[in-house]
Amino acid sequence: MKQTAKIIPCYAADTSGVCAALYELGGMIAVHDASGVNSTYATHDEPRWETVQSMIYVSGLTELDAILGNDEKFIADVAAAAADQKPRFIAVCGSPMPMMIGVDFDAVAMEIEQRSGIRTFPMHTNGMHAYSEGASEALLAIAEEYVLPRTEKTANGVNILGALPLDFGNPQEIPGIRTWLRENGFSVISCFAMGDSLETLAQAGKAAVSLVVSYSGLAAAEYLYHCFGIPYVCGVPTGTAFSQMLADALRHAAESGQPESPCTYRGGNGRTVAVIGENITGGSLTAQLAYMGYHAKLICPLPHAESLLADGDSDASSEEEIEALLAEMKPDVVIADPLYRFILPNRTKHIGLPHYAFSGRCFEKQMPDLTADRFDLWLQNQTDKEGTI
Amino acid sequence: MQQLEKPPVCRIADADPNGAFASGLEYNPPVRGMWNIVHMGMLVPEAHQVYACAQGCLRGVILTAAETGQLDRLSWISLTEEDMFNGTLETSLVEGVSEIIEKIGFHPPMIPLFLSCMHLFAGCDFDGVLADLSERYPDITFVDCYMTPTMRTTITPVAQCSRQLYMGLKPLPQNPQSVNIIGCDRATDENSELIRILRGAGLTLRDLPLCKTYDDYLQMAESRLNIAYLPTAHAALDALEEKLGIPQIYLPARFDFDGLRENYRMLCETLGIPLPDLSDAEQAADAALRAAKQVIGDMAVAIDYTAVTRPFELAKLLCTYGFRVKHIIADAAGEDGEAFAWLQQHQPELQLWSPTNVNMLHQHEQVKEPVLAVGQKAAYYFATDRFVNFVVNGGYYGFAGIRAIAELMQDAYQNSKDRKPLLRHKGYGCDSCLLA
Repeated sequence: MKQTAKIIPCYAADTSGVCAALYELGGMIAVHDASGVNSTYATHDEPRWETVQSMIYVSGLTELDAILGNDEKFIADVAAAAADQKPRFIAVCGSPMPMMIGVDFDAVAMEIEQRSGIRTFPMHTNGMHAYSEGASEALLAIAEEYVLPRTEKTANGVNILGALPLDFGNPQEIPGIRTWLRENGFSVISCFAMGDSLETLAQAGKAAVSLVVSYSGLAAAEYLYHCFGIPYVCGVPTGTAFSQMLADALRHAAESGQPESPCTYRGGNGRTVAVIGENITGGSLTAQLAYMGYHAKLICPLPHAESLLADGDSDASSEEEIEALLAEMKPDVVIADPLYRFILPNRTKHIGLPHYAFSGRCFEKQMPDLTADRFDLWLQNQTDKEGTI
Repeated sequence: MQQLEKPPVCRIADADPNGAFASGLEYNPPVRGMWNIVHMGMLVPEAHQVYACAQGCLRGVILTAAETGQLDRLSWISLTEEDMFNGTLETSLVEGVSEIIEKIGFHPPMIPLFLSCMHLFAGCDFDGVLADLSERYPDITFVDCYMTPTMRTTITPVAQCSRQLYMGLKPLPQNPQSVNIIGCDRATDENSELIRILRGAGLTLRDLPLCKTYDDYLQMAESRLNIAYLPTAHAALDALEEKLGIPQIYLPARFDFDGLRENYRMLCETLGIPLPDLSDAEQAADAALRAAKQVIGDMAVAIDYTAVTRPFELAKLLCTYGFRVKHIIADAAGEDGEAFAWLQQHQPELQLWSPTNVNMLHQHEQVKEPVLAVGQKAAYYFATDRFVNFVVNGGYYGFAGIRAIAELMQDAYQNSKDRKPLLRHKGYGCDSCLLA
């Protein structure tokens, strides 16, 4: 059964994606849930929870309110909390129980907005989908609502789209990408959504190109492309060779106005390497390995764009499917989160690459920063005496 | 100063003991010591837990197991929207659990199968599921368990889990020399008079945290008496009395000398054994409180409800010894309403704080004076490294427990802790990869 797992974890859910995407923007996020989904997010999916406070709360849904369909309590509680805390905006999102009882989040958001006078977004989550779906909806909503009409264009300006700790668990990674962009002659206009305020995100229309660093940023990228004509490039600067390719793609896209996806590059014929990971971060790493001559393939168990999977990549998502795929593929090496070790074929080398959206806090101290040439050093540390991974 | 719609703090004199704060959205502070149902389920030796619920909830239980290094003792079945509506809810469970059993490659003696709120709302035939599984795997005891926080006002998840984990017990002939402690997630302090009385009478003490094997667990069914002292154990006591006919006695974990004397009198009367002289333990508790007061002086003290099951009674005790108890973090008076009323009368200015009110978000940045905290939430909200670090009484009980807490308070005053790594450790007392 695809929905069964003997041992490996599941990825963070859509509600966590919404919260992570909006965490730093000064809004209030109300998760309509009894407790589990929200406490999972706060404990396992959000490394900022202990150091940076954000107005992310749970409704504490009870049996009686669920049975009676008492949406009024949720609406009144959100309005009261907003009156006390004065957020920049409000987002309401759901969990499994509101889905069961058919809560109409569009109507709930309208009602809250009317009462509070604060812009309120409905997020259509139910705790049954991956984080990137929730983050994608949230980042798109922010782009649609706040990005100002384009009055000028910064020739070398770049938006970073899809930055979440769930995919960039090492706090140095996003600053590292910013630095890498500057070193390559770009200036960062906005980063959706780590390290920038709503005011900064509002300037995204000035960019010449967007760098989509995870699937979570793709919907916002397409919005900026269609509304402002800003092309986008999918990739994360991982390794010297791929980073160079990515920088070239950014320049080229800014010039041509057309989106590009260098993260789908494959083609090496050396040792077989399977990378299990997120569509764009994992894809970029796989592309770098291909540049290095490895026969590298991406297994993406998460939501993805078909156009961002190369031939030979796989969207196997369940423990059973991934286990069967690896058994058939017989890769020499698997690069994946350490908790995938339980289902790898015998004698396959496993290079652990912690992914916060999968193993949460378990390996937080071992999250590497793989930006640009730092990947090369990291990979070198994984090689044997013969210099192969 | 902004007038808040829902203030997070009030004078105890103005507080309703049944609920001091208006219900509203809730904040989840980064304090993780309290055990959840996964930690509890791990107490049954050799059991393999299976959870069936949505991804958003599953992740929390799976990573709880992962952080404690016990992923191999837990499996899961995720729910999708289709499962709710296509009529396969029960068969998916039966087939999913069967698949897990085949994959893990052995038959665990017990599988606690945890269903979610969604199963209950969808009308899942849990009895039918368990019957089918029991027929397929007669050598495995399947126990219905629940991850249903939506139903927490009917029964809390901890109380429910505590009850269900004993439902794998099967009747045994009574052993008059055996007694159980029920409902604890950690062993009771061996220095407590409770344990000394039981062991001194030559009785065999059985307790889930003391079980090393599944057979140890099964032997609990032979006991002549079930003893509990945590309020979350009532449901388990009642269920065991009904299922196995084991009588119960509830001896609440009190911070009141008279109350403790009464507990021990009742215990010895029930067991038909003489009440030993406990004056040495009483005197030691008294001396420890006086010594702690001498050291701590007038420093403000904060107590939270996760540290002790009777925070108001502990506050009353400390106040009578001259401590300046200034803050209590709790929503309502639980079983220590009497102490709550005493504090209202004798310490009316004592501040009662909501544990979850959204306006507690920045409380830790607004602390006005140094505080000595009893409990993790108190340590967090009052931003202090001088704190007693335990949950649910920490296994302490009786006069020895009072003495231990007084000594821990004194130690907390004299030796600061780095609270951040301690507060983020999920499940106080459990192994954790975060500590590596």
